Amino acid sequence: MSEQKLTVSLSPHVSSPDNVRRIMMDVLLALSPAALWSVYLFGFQSLRVILIGIGACVFFEYVAQRFILKVKPSVDDGSAAVTGLLLAFNLPSHIPSWMIIVGSFVAIIVAKMTFGGLGNNPFNPALVGRVFMLISFPAAMTSWPVPLLNRWKFVDAVTAATPLSVAQEGLKNGTTSQQLLSSLPSYQELFFGYRGGCLGEVSVFLLLLGGLYLLYRKVIRLQIPLAVIGSVFVFSAVLWFFNPGVNMPPVFHILTGGVFLGAIFMATDMVTSPMTVTGMVIFGIAIGILTVIIRVFGAYPEGMSFAILIMNAFVPLIDSLIKPRKYGMISHG
Amino acid sequence: MIHSILLSVLLLSGVGVLSGIILYGVAKKFQITEDPRIDDVQAILPGVNCGGCGYPGCRSFAQACVAAKDLEKLFCPVGGNACMRQVAQALGIEIIERDALIAVVRCNGSVQNRPRTNAYDGTTWCKIVHNLYTGETGCSYGCLGFGDCVKSCKFGAIKIDPVTKLPLVDEEKCVACGACVKACPRQLIELRVKGKDGHRIFVSCRNPEKGSVARKNCSAACIGCGKCFKACAFGAITMGTNLAYIDFQKCTLCQKCVAQCPTKAIHEVLHGKKI
Amino acid sequence: MEKRSKIKTFPFGGVHPPDLKHSAQRPIESLPLPTTVSIPVLQHFGAPSQPIVKVGDKVKAGQVIAQAQGFLSVNIHATISGTVTRIDEVMDVSGYKRPAITINAEGEEWVEGVDLSRALDRNIRLNREEIVKKVQQDGLVGLGGAGFPVHVKLTPVAGKQADILLINGAECEPYLTCDHRLMIEKGPEILVGVLILMKALNVAKAVIGVESNKVDAIAHLTAIARDFDGIKIVTLQTRYPQGAEKQFIEALTGRQVPVGGLPLDAKCVVQNIATAFAVYESVQKNKPLIERVVTVAGEDLKKPSNFRVRIGTSMAYLIEAAGGLPEGTGKIISGGPMMGKALNMIDIPVVKTTSGILVFGQEKSRRDPVLNCIRCARCVAHCPLGLEPYLLMNLSENERFDDAEREMAMNCCECGTCAYVCPSKRPLLDYIRLAKTFITQKRKEKAAR
Repeated sequence: MSEQKLTVSLSPHVSSPDNVRRIMMDVLLALSPAALWSVYLFGFQSLRVILIGIGACVFFEYVAQRFILKVKPSVDDGSAAVTGLLLAFNLPSHIPSWMIIVGSFVAIIVAKMTFGGLGNNPFNPALVGRVFMLISFPAAMTSWPVPLLNRWKFVDAVTAATPLSVAQEGLKNGTTSQQLLSSLPSYQELFFGYRGGCLGEVSVFLLLLGGLYLLYRKVIRLQIPLAVIGSVFVFSAVLWFFNPGVNMPPVFHILTGGVFLGAIFMATDMVTSPMTVTGMVIFGIAIGILTVIIRVFGAYPEGMSFAILIMNAFVPLIDSLIKPRKYGMISHG
Repeated sequence: MIHSILLSVLLLSGVGVLSGIILYGVAKKFQITEDPRIDDVQAILPGVNCGGCGYPGCRSFAQACVAAKDLEKLFCPVGGNACMRQVAQALGIEIIERDALIAVVRCNGSVQNRPRTNAYDGTTWCKIVHNLYTGETGCSYGCLGFGDCVKSCKFGAIKIDPVTKLPLVDEEKCVACGACVKACPRQLIELRVKGKDGHRIFVSCRNPEKGSVARKNCSAACIGCGKCFKACAFGAITMGTNLAYIDFQKCTLCQKCVAQCPTKAIHEVLHGKKI
Repeated sequence: MEKRSKIKTFPFGGVHPPDLKHSAQRPIESLPLPTTVSIPVLQHFGAPSQPIVKVGDKVKAGQVIAQAQGFLSVNIHATISGTVTRIDEVMDVSGYKRPAITINAEGEEWVEGVDLSRALDRNIRLNREEIVKKVQQDGLVGLGGAGFPVHVKLTPVAGKQADILLINGAECEPYLTCDHRLMIEKGPEILVGVLILMKALNVAKAVIGVESNKVDAIAHLTAIARDFDGIKIVTLQTRYPQGAEKQFIEALTGRQVPVGGLPLDAKCVVQNIATAFAVYESVQKNKPLIERVVTVAGEDLKKPSNFRVRIGTSMAYLIEAAGGLPEGTGKIISGGPMMGKALNMIDIPVVKTTSGILVFGQEKSRRDPVLNCIRCARCVAHCPLGLEPYLLMNLSENERFDDAEREMAMNCCECGTCAYVCPSKRPLLDYIRLAKTFITQKRKEKAAR
């Protein structure tokens, strides 16, 4: 043994190779196909939004930890980068750079660091940033550049509304859903992402691909995405069934407005989702129902972010009410 | 119009009277008569709820005081004699004065005296380390140094000395509530008489192993040689298994034993400082 | 999502750490006798045995040197022949110095009546009561880890009758291969041992559960078991902590042991594979428990091995035989990496419950830095007992031990799965242990009042 002393510690003496950093890297990797697609659709502008989003979030986290909290900065764990990328995914590509920085500030400083950093934030930081921007800069946040147009040119983008807001406007003005559907992109286009919208929400297919990767890596579990998408589908199907004229069909609902982005990447955020499987299902279903309620009856065409944030607030309650099945609590007659 | 105003006024007054009657009845029925002196005594007590008296909090101690005939078994270590005198006065009974006590750490296995033979890596709570093994040194009886006593102290009176890695009791802040005595998994902390000018003499070791074994692990261990026992003219020192103990009730602070100890395991403290 | 495979396993929780069974293909090797052994008088769960020899006494291998004290205790035997040189305190696997008898080797004499032949003896001559008495006299304890005396589990309890005997060959801890090798090399003997246990318990059925990563052992035992009525070999999914008693019972029978209950409450008795072999040797060959198979393993070790050694042999001797202590050793563990105990020195005697000795390099020895809990819920998903380790740690950190008790901290079996899976490397189990210590202390105080 010579000079080196033996180390003594309590068992277990081994730990799994997984760590926080690897989880965050997996999330980044899973988001990258959709990110590349957004660059293809919206061009240079999209790249700008993504880089500023990630850069600003990492910068704010570093500054907050280094100079305000005076702890060792842990930006290398990748969680700030994930927040930044997710925030960017929720923005239209022509949004001014300073707005992205304001959003990042809110996401990291207000929603994350004030609560004590990674793991302690009750609300999903990227969504807090996004909702803050939606309320503060409604015009910039709700118009979307037309995809594939002028994407590599430095000119003001030609903007148009998203399918969801077109639908909401249309329904309000008395157009039936059947008429609207014919004027909107087909389901196939929606699924593969030939449409306008936030950077990340456009291609359902690529988001699914990332989701499958995360499932395979066991970073997320199936319950939440399935519950969210399923309940959006079922709930909107019920509304559509009773009144098909003034409600959009369920398939349209799940393919638009970032349902997949929210279900796979936002609602599943470990920090702000419940700890038990049953809790996750309840959480997911509630998000789905709230989303449809906000979309159909609310003022905003899109309800995903609000629904997730509202349910984030219920997570502690869910955790304290829903307990895992404990071993040995059944009696043997 | 008048009719509806009248109706609501009457209705509300009726509800008010009815609830008043119900509340009065309930209050009468479930009234708890408590000795008013309990509140008086509680007001005198320091109110830190430390549990040093052996009761869960100051209120239950106050209840015990009121119920008791004398104060023989009741003493608030935090308030001390001054506080107890007031309590006795309020209750009209005799006060039993006690010597002020202080927590004393009976281990001198500092980093210098007791070499570290291995390194513990994990959560720093003495309790779980004690359950795991001997500790970072060879001595199974000495201080582990992870500060359960520090965590237990409500008065901030104990801290771990950064140099010796042993607990250090603050003479001024310690109220002898005994929380640390309970917290130490190795029973190293004892409440002893504070002494005039903070003058105390005690054996700073709890290792009952044979002298040679104890000495191998710690140069300041009591080896049970008995020299102090022979030197003491007041019968204050008793010999346990390879271990001396000084009874603070009998010790006259004559200092004869201090010079006799070959390992300097007997500590003499004056004004809170080791001499 | 867990795959629903046909192979049996326990229903929830668990994890599959890398097997790392480097010594799986190394036959059991008998080492030359050591020159000295230190035999602790407490190697089992229960009361320490009372030494009945004096310093200077000549003893033979297999001779009783410490007598059982009461029901929950077993005899301790001399493991080599020689002279008793010391009866004092020796550092053992408990991490503390405890009474032990040290014997210096002289010659190789056995007490009379021990059958050292290798011939298989299938004829069980003792009856139920005699078997129970015999295993206590011969110092048999569960060799899986806890060291619970065998005769206690075999003694009938009024109103409770087991209907099945479960033999634990799961060996779910990484690195360890001692049971694996024993199953391959001593198959028939183990099965006879199982028959003896079945006779003692008066049950007609016995199931040997083996994890799927020991294909050769399963095939071997299944082939022999055709000659043995009532014994079945069942393949279990490789998943830690399959070998923990409660999980093992549920995996094989689907029954749960109620909180605070014993396996007998689920009509089962569980014994380890190595215990079955020791029962065979005791009952059929009249050989007390004085040796066992120990796996010595570790990445840096030159020769990871399975040794058959006498109880009381220094671990240093075993490590030497496995190629010597590697440069830069940082940690030595008695037992497996998940539940084993780190040792503060190397010169510690092997006891009845020592299944392995692991040698870790510096890098593997230190824990990773602890990060914030990211609420990934892995500890909850993997806890085989359905506890919420993150919550227990949180309560324990804030010294809310009453709440921890309400959250059933005392149910924790300390398997370490939570701390293993935690991506933030939080010391979940440390804090659960802390809560358990406080709760136990509080319960004791309450009982004393």
